[in-house]
Amino acid sequence: MAKVVIEALVARFPGDVYDPYEGAGGDDCAFVQKSKIVEVCRFLKTDPAMAFNMAPYITAVDYLGAEPRFEVVYNLLSTAHNHRIRLRVKVPEADLELESVTTVWRGANWFERYCLDMYGISFRNHPDPRRLFMYDEFVGHPLRKDYPLRGRQPLVPEREVKDIFRGPGPVGRD
Amino acid sequence: MASELDVVPGIATRREEATGFFQRMVSKGLGWARKNSLWQYPFVTACCGMEYMSVSSARYDIARFGAEVPRFSPRQADMLLVVGTVNCKQAPILQRVYEQMSEPKWVVAFGVCASSGGFYDNYATVQGIDHVIPVDIYIPGCPPRPEQVLDGLMLLQRKVQNQQHKLIDRVPVPTLAK
Repeated sequence: MAKVVIEALVARFPGDVYDPYEGAGGDDCAFVQKSKIVEVCRFLKTDPAMAFNMAPYITAVDYLGAEPRFEVVYNLLSTAHNHRIRLRVKVPEADLELESVTTVWRGANWFERYCLDMYGISFRNHPDPRRLFMYDEFVGHPLRKDYPLRGRQPLVPEREVKDIFRGPGPVGRD
Repeated sequence: MASELDVVPGIATRREEATGFFQRMVSKGLGWARKNSLWQYPFVTACCGMEYMSVSSARYDIARFGAEVPRFSPRQADMLLVVGTVNCKQAPILQRVYEQMSEPKWVVAFGVCASSGGFYDNYATVQGIDHVIPVDIYIPGCPPRPEQVLDGLMLLQRKVQNQQHKLIDRVPVPTLAK
């Protein structure tokens, strides 16, 4: 069903979108060049024949031992045409930086922070490049395949939360 | 000539023995009072909370042991119930809650995650809350049966009952006023 989308993509971005195939779940997939991902996504979002208005899930995969080692996977959904595609971007370990697609879908914000937290893949022009789940003092990226299986992290003291009032209460309160 | 008073055996009132007796009496009374009014602070983070609800509601009825009052301020609680998995991000919060409780205080690790990390042997979980705070009673189980919890509570009651109290002279509390 979404095969037409992939075919149109391959026709429009020859060389940048390559190796289309049908995934195990029936989703149509293709690989995208790392430098062209924002361009391809913006086309998918804005073109009325595509209208991929949602990025329900963006994640990363660590193929330890393969080259390039990482892959960022963009699962996209068009609610207008009920199309679902998956774009895969190969990311070498030497250059773990992509262009952020938050300018295309604002919902990509936390997914990209997740990739940063769990795999150490950073995104250029991200509005809020912090870790998503783990705390700042956490060493390493836990979903990488070479993260130690029983790696223990040092416990950190409680950080100050600026918007919690911890002083004495107002007059008259206990 | 020695007077008769010199050979009359007097009653040996040694100060330590008398104090010891008094201390034991006070300890017994205090222990009895404390063990039957353990006010709890439930630090519920995970699925063990379901068993906590079960044990605190009518069928198992933790109120039979005087521990039915959950206080949602740690300053009013005697017993910290750590119910569920504690991860590294939460550990400093648990520590602050423990430090806010006033003495005397007891800690119960409820369930295997709080006791040892359980099967969450991973990057995010504290491998037992005794890495963070001291623990009095460990209740195993994933989650523990309410009977196990009550058994643990009775063990804690025995521990509270048998605690010894020392009589000390009260030191005047320094005031900040000049």
